[in-house]
Amino acid sequence: MAEEHTQSKAGETAVISGGRIELRDVSKGYGDEWQHEQVIESLSIEIEPGTLSAVVGPSGCGKSTLVNLVAGFETADSGTIRVDGKPVTGPGHDRMVVFQETALMPWLTAYQNIVFGPKLRGDLKGSALVNEAERLLDKVGLTEFRDKYPLQLSGGMQRRAELARALINQPLLMIMDEPFRGLDAMTRELMQEFFLRLFEEYRRTNLFVTSEIEEAIFLADRLVVLSNRPATVREIIEIELPRPRALEMLSSPEAYDYKRRAMEILHEEALKSFTSASGQTEFLEAYSKRGDL
Amino acid sequence: MATVVDSPHARAPVQRSRWQKLHANTKLWRGIMAVICALVLWEIGSRWDEWVGFQLPFVGLIPPPTDVARAWGEVIFLSGYWESWYLSFKRVLGGFLAAQLVGIPLGLLMAVNRYFREIFFPPFEVLRPIPPLAWVPASLIFWPTNEMSIAFVTFLGAFFTIVINVLGGARSIDIRLLRAAQSMGASQWHLFSRIVLPGTLPSIFTGAAVGMGITWEVVLAAEMISGGGTQAGGGLGFFIWNSYMGGSLEQIVVGMISIGIAGYLSSSAIRYLGDLSMPWRRMF
Repeated sequence: MAEEHTQSKAGETAVISGGRIELRDVSKGYGDEWQHEQVIESLSIEIEPGTLSAVVGPSGCGKSTLVNLVAGFETADSGTIRVDGKPVTGPGHDRMVVFQETALMPWLTAYQNIVFGPKLRGDLKGSALVNEAERLLDKVGLTEFRDKYPLQLSGGMQRRAELARALINQPLLMIMDEPFRGLDAMTRELMQEFFLRLFEEYRRTNLFVTSEIEEAIFLADRLVVLSNRPATVREIIEIELPRPRALEMLSSPEAYDYKRRAMEILHEEALKSFTSASGQTEFLEAYSKRGDL
Repeated sequence: MATVVDSPHARAPVQRSRWQKLHANTKLWRGIMAVICALVLWEIGSRWDEWVGFQLPFVGLIPPPTDVARAWGEVIFLSGYWESWYLSFKRVLGGFLAAQLVGIPLGLLMAVNRYFREIFFPPFEVLRPIPPLAWVPASLIFWPTNEMSIAFVTFLGAFFTIVINVLGGARSIDIRLLRAAQSMGASQWHLFSRIVLPGTLPSIFTGAAVGMGITWEVVLAAEMISGGGTQAGGGLGFFIWNSYMGGSLEQIVVGMISIGIAGYLSSSAIRYLGDLSMPWRRMF
């Protein structure tokens, strides 16, 4: 699979159509005056169009909150989030989220899930919609499974169906919230390679949240390392591995260096959360919030 | 280029369905054998006295299945027996459908509208723990005819279960589904019709299955209590009561088994409808 991948021509389809993301001094907290928990503190990230930024941070640091803010499911207490200069005011199909585990509608077939968005909005109709959906089904290798329900698909297939469902909406930004979590190691690796090819072909701006550093280095143009809660940007590491990427590159000295740097920071941050007195309440809070991500 | 990332969990459809058929058959045969074994044990238990000379406790008092079958053979020629079936079914279906018609919208409204929930949930929760049969005396006084009070109590039996299931089901829909739909441009109405409604369907059918069971219990008890007038007009509950008054032990058992069959038919119908309307729940 890796061989096949390295053989594909470099940058043959670098379609970049906007998608500059700007987060400026974004802060977000939960609770009231008496029991306030600051989750994100003046966090600023800029993402160039057509690049993939991987966000890594200690667990429970507020990565999912960041996803919710950029997606528009929640609003920031202060600061601005802009997509191509336009402030984010709510959810919209210019930003598509691929959720942890799967968030396909269980009662719709793979095909019906994919056409869900365009059908609702009516911006792609008739044969144009069918053709586009079928093209994407083919792209993600699910043509045979077009009429299967999510429960009848394997974990990897579900994630690929979800990628297709997001892509058909032509988003400026793809937000991936630990999309490959819960997959077994083998499937996960295959999905990473598959996703990478897809990204290198489409070049849509991507905010990729993950807790796996290797995954982040493998996929990303830059690594945004977050601090412990309240989350803020601790360091940005530019990943200068050439594209198209291959899994072998992860064993190069550069990759090793990136990993070591990121690990050091994460280790430091993780220690802080371990020693901080509020460690236990944070855990309980994360546990109680697991339902609404 | 589009290499399929296949995981070993992907199942081949043909193999599965064949295996499933075979499995369904063994299941069927096992079920039939279990019923036959139970009947044989019952027969032996009831006839112990004749054969061995002393009576077994409990089962010895019950007429053996062969006697029950004979009684049944006589009863099926009585129009009153079939009329009882018809009446009980009519009451169950009437109360059940009315409970669905009122219960599902009420549950959905409470689920999607906070104000509605805050106003209607507390009184609902106070009324819910009252057993349906506790409503019988009051409804006998309140409603002008026996038939109406039976209908009302039957309705109540299913109503609370349906509402609580619909409410719980609609409230526990995965928020990610709602968010995904919102991202893709769903309006409030879309969220309701495309996500909340199909997402609640499994709970609607759970509520229906449980509600149906309660409805049968309630109808039978209400028929016994209210007397039901003549035997012909009394329904299966009164059929049993009348057999008891007439001292026919065999007919009591006939009535009981009839109810068992009626309940089984009802819940099978609900399961069938559920499978039909939720194809995505079938794994095969």
